[in-house]
Amino acid sequence: MYHFRKTLLAFVLLFPFLLHSQVVTDSSRVLKEVVLNTKPYQEVIPVQSLSGVLLENLASHNVADALRYFAGTQIKDYGGFGGLKTVDVRNMGTHHVGVFYDGIQLGNAQNGVTDLGKYSLDDMESLTMYNGQKSEIFQSAKDFASASAIYMKTKRPVFVGNKKSNLLVRYKTMSINYHDPSFRWEQKLSDKVSISVSSEYIKSNGQYKFRYKRKNQDGSVAYDTTATRWNSDIEALRFESGLYGKLNNASWDAKVYYYDSKRGAPGAIVENKFSDGFRQYDKNFFTQAYLSKDVSEKYKFQLKAKYAYDYTHYIARDTTKVLGETVTEGAQSDDSYFQHEAYFSAVNMYSISSIWDVSLSTDFQYNRLNATRRGIKTQFSFPQRYTALVSLATSYRYEGFKVLGNVLVTRVIEEVEYNAKAPNKTEMTPALFLGYTPFKKYDFNLRAFAKRIFRMPTFNDLYYTMVGSSTLQPEYMNQYDIGFTYNIPTGKYFFDKLSIQADVYYTNTKDKIVAAPTGNLFRWMMTNMGQVKGKGIETVLNFGKNINQLNLTANLTYTYSQSQDYTKFAGLELSSYGDQIPYTPWHSGSGILNAGYESWNFNYSFIYVGKRYNGNVNNIKVNEVQPWYTHDLALQKSFTFKNYKLNGTVEVNNAFNQQYEVIYNYPMPGRTFKFIISIAL
Amino acid sequence: MRKTFIKIVFVLAAAVSLVSCREDETIFLSSDKNVAAPRSDGNIEGFYLLNEGNMGMNRASIDVFNYRTGTYTTDVYSERNPTVVKELGDVGNDIQIYGNKVYAVINVSNKVEVIDKWTAKRIKKIDIPNCRYVTFYKDKAYVSSYAGPVAIDPNAEIGFVAEIDTTSLEITRKVTVGYQPEQMVVHNGKLYVANSGGYRVPDYDRTVSVIDLETFTEIKKIDVGINLYGMRIDSRGDIYVSSRGDYYNTPSNLFVIDTKTDEKKMQLDIPALGMCMDDDKLYFYSVSWSYLTNSNKVTYGILDTKTKKIISDKIITDGTDKQIMIPYGLQVNPETKEIYITDAQNYVVTGYIYCFTPDGKLKWKTTAGNIPAHIAFITKN
Repeated sequence: MYHFRKTLLAFVLLFPFLLHSQVVTDSSRVLKEVVLNTKPYQEVIPVQSLSGVLLENLASHNVADALRYFAGTQIKDYGGFGGLKTVDVRNMGTHHVGVFYDGIQLGNAQNGVTDLGKYSLDDMESLTMYNGQKSEIFQSAKDFASASAIYMKTKRPVFVGNKKSNLLVRYKTMSINYHDPSFRWEQKLSDKVSISVSSEYIKSNGQYKFRYKRKNQDGSVAYDTTATRWNSDIEALRFESGLYGKLNNASWDAKVYYYDSKRGAPGAIVENKFSDGFRQYDKNFFTQAYLSKDVSEKYKFQLKAKYAYDYTHYIARDTTKVLGETVTEGAQSDDSYFQHEAYFSAVNMYSISSIWDVSLSTDFQYNRLNATRRGIKTQFSFPQRYTALVSLATSYRYEGFKVLGNVLVTRVIEEVEYNAKAPNKTEMTPALFLGYTPFKKYDFNLRAFAKRIFRMPTFNDLYYTMVGSSTLQPEYMNQYDIGFTYNIPTGKYFFDKLSIQADVYYTNTKDKIVAAPTGNLFRWMMTNMGQVKGKGIETVLNFGKNINQLNLTANLTYTYSQSQDYTKFAGLELSSYGDQIPYTPWHSGSGILNAGYESWNFNYSFIYVGKRYNGNVNNIKVNEVQPWYTHDLALQKSFTFKNYKLNGTVEVNNAFNQQYEVIYNYPMPGRTFKFIISIAL
Repeated sequence: MRKTFIKIVFVLAAAVSLVSCREDETIFLSSDKNVAAPRSDGNIEGFYLLNEGNMGMNRASIDVFNYRTGTYTTDVYSERNPTVVKELGDVGNDIQIYGNKVYAVINVSNKVEVIDKWTAKRIKKIDIPNCRYVTFYKDKAYVSSYAGPVAIDPNAEIGFVAEIDTTSLEITRKVTVGYQPEQMVVHNGKLYVANSGGYRVPDYDRTVSVIDLETFTEIKKIDVGINLYGMRIDSRGDIYVSSRGDYYNTPSNLFVIDTKTDEKKMQLDIPALGMCMDDDKLYFYSVSWSYLTNSNKVTYGILDTKTKKIISDKIITDGTDKQIMIPYGLQVNPETKEIYITDAQNYVVTGYIYCFTPDGKLKWKTTAGNIPAHIAFITKN
């Protein structure tokens, strides 16, 4: 009881808001799954992961919302259902995050941005984030090729007992207009092959209320207005199917993915303009396959292949009336983009001895961007890019030490049909990771890494009409990290699982690709003049406890980050020289608390993003953005009768109805309720 | 071990307690700075400066300089108009004073904000989509706008000029001009409009529209040069029109239109972006992007409007020009002949305003808002 009180005190100190949530404390259940894991004993790289029950009950429904719970991540969220959501790790920029879907990277050669709001958590088994790269060497060259990596792993069919098929049908709705039916069907085709098919349809008018309120200095209300967010509607269909197989000492899988959406792309809310009508139409298709085989005890290989087609159509056609005549409002556009990507990877790994492995990964990728742009008379470049990546990696273990190192060579060849092409490039970038377990008695792991990597200029950076510059060089990122993970032995203390991890990092961005101003405000030129230095601390605490039938799990993170802009322009220091880059909070944190009791599950989650500044602007009062923090609650109950398993969930998002913005002038929804019902058989 | 754990927890707790909570948001407040010695001479009381504010940020703001006190005050609009939701708006594009009213053209907010000259309080908001510049004649204001009839081709809309009654502040008439019209001047009952065609790269417009203000119809299109932008008129009725060029092969240029014939009469082969007319002198600057050095080439100059010859290739004479990243606003006080130049920096950070003596020596410099750009002098009634 004494320990309990102490731990409780710690919790209260850490998260005073937990008091609001009134966690059920007097019942229990054995929780078999490890719901949140940091795998320190095998990783020499900082890793955070969400899976299982915690991921299911998080009251988050897309990948972007779930990633907010990781230390060191910032999500840029433009609000609404159609709004863009991108992830930034350690403030290095969204281009430096590699996002992998079932082992193969999701690319966007056009603008380098992956909209994580599009990826549903419904079929997700786990989300894992690595700083640096994944902690192994039996991986493709692409896995070595970004400054941080996020792995989305979808569910694989699991058949309990003699079951040959599983079916799950689910329906979600919300307190605002929202309908989301989905299903997942899994079938065992033979002892070695199974198939899964899943699909989801989302339709919402996206209309939610937001409020802007300011006070006079004397405390009286200056203005207080509540309006509706328009043009944030969405209609989307996702279809996914996977084949999973085993062979002798080998496993393989193959999948197809299709996503089709029509959506509003809500713009900034500015004075006299509370709605706009930018529309976006997307079709994304990809198919990929994977094979891994252990040829002998010493040699194994894997093969991967992918083809992706992405279509995006933007339309800006806002109109208004002047003296009764309909006229355009703002610049008009009607542009379609078509991207093709083909990818092939082969990885060979050889174990020289039981403590020493080497691997050679060779990847080849082809990208092409086509466009039709109505009303634009300049010639589109129609760029094509051939990328070859070769990575030589080795890992070596000796007693408590583990060393992992690799050198990545990248060769990029570009072709264009019109305009100037970017010169071909060859880059060589190394990475070194060290792990050390000093004590045999304790599960205490130290780690350090240094990694140099770059990101290629995107097709937009290079070829965008009047803005792109084909002479751009890659943007380099140097990252250094020192950290530890400590797993406190279970059973000895009050808790059943407690692990702490902390990392300190330093990043240095050189030749950062930024838009440089010209004599015309509406014209920018892409250049390599940016320079940013960042440092920070990330801490994660995982906690697990079973009391009789009650399972308690908690995951807490805290991040301190500093990221300063040292960009000079024309040899002169900008008035923002040395200031924190935009949308970078000094303090941020998150908390998840999950309690499971028999067929009940309760989840409470919290996000805190501290004070920060908007735009690439100086750190002055007028540019300050208030902290925001949201509390989400979810209560789930499952019923079993005969072979059916019925599941009902009620969620409250933003329980205290905070009116906040992640991106300035893009208001987020207030309190919403979500209702989910699912039947599994 | 338990102690270590407790320590760690306490450190974490301490870290979390550093973080702060939300406060009620108050209106944006102005701030004063004494930058110059007070002066009591002359009819000019001060000036308003419009900061454009970067697009999507809703950060247009108005600063005031008071000659009588020598005080520069940033961001007065929100404080004096606390009830206006979301303040002045998004991307200011022009500010002019006519009579006792100040007209601020706010481009992305699709409005002309009319405020009182002495109090800066809102008189009226006039909705005009994609509005650009304002000029005046008799009891009318004329506002150019990129907006036009909806066409199948997204960049085919032909812009218009709206006529506003300066008493009722209502739009009375509108006339279709060229593609993406910019600055205007009025002479002899005619309105001259520089058409840029900026949306139509590389098929820029190259005309100046001549509008008869009586009938409010376009009576002529003068072929001048591509991508026209700025317009000033001298005391002899010569109009100076600047072209931004195409940023590649055709450089920025300056043309002269003779209002007697309504024809282009000269091409001066001077790069010019911003201009200011003072008596017989035309002050100008130019910023042109160089693809060779990946940087901007900035030039300044003063033109004698009688001879059409350059008097000086400098406005700033003490070397201060090396500190200015992007000159963006240029204005000369018609009484004191002091020169004001604003520095937009990289358009996203806070800019500066510089005041120079008539012979181009730095008098004072202070921080303005985001993209300080347009200056309008406040004269005694």
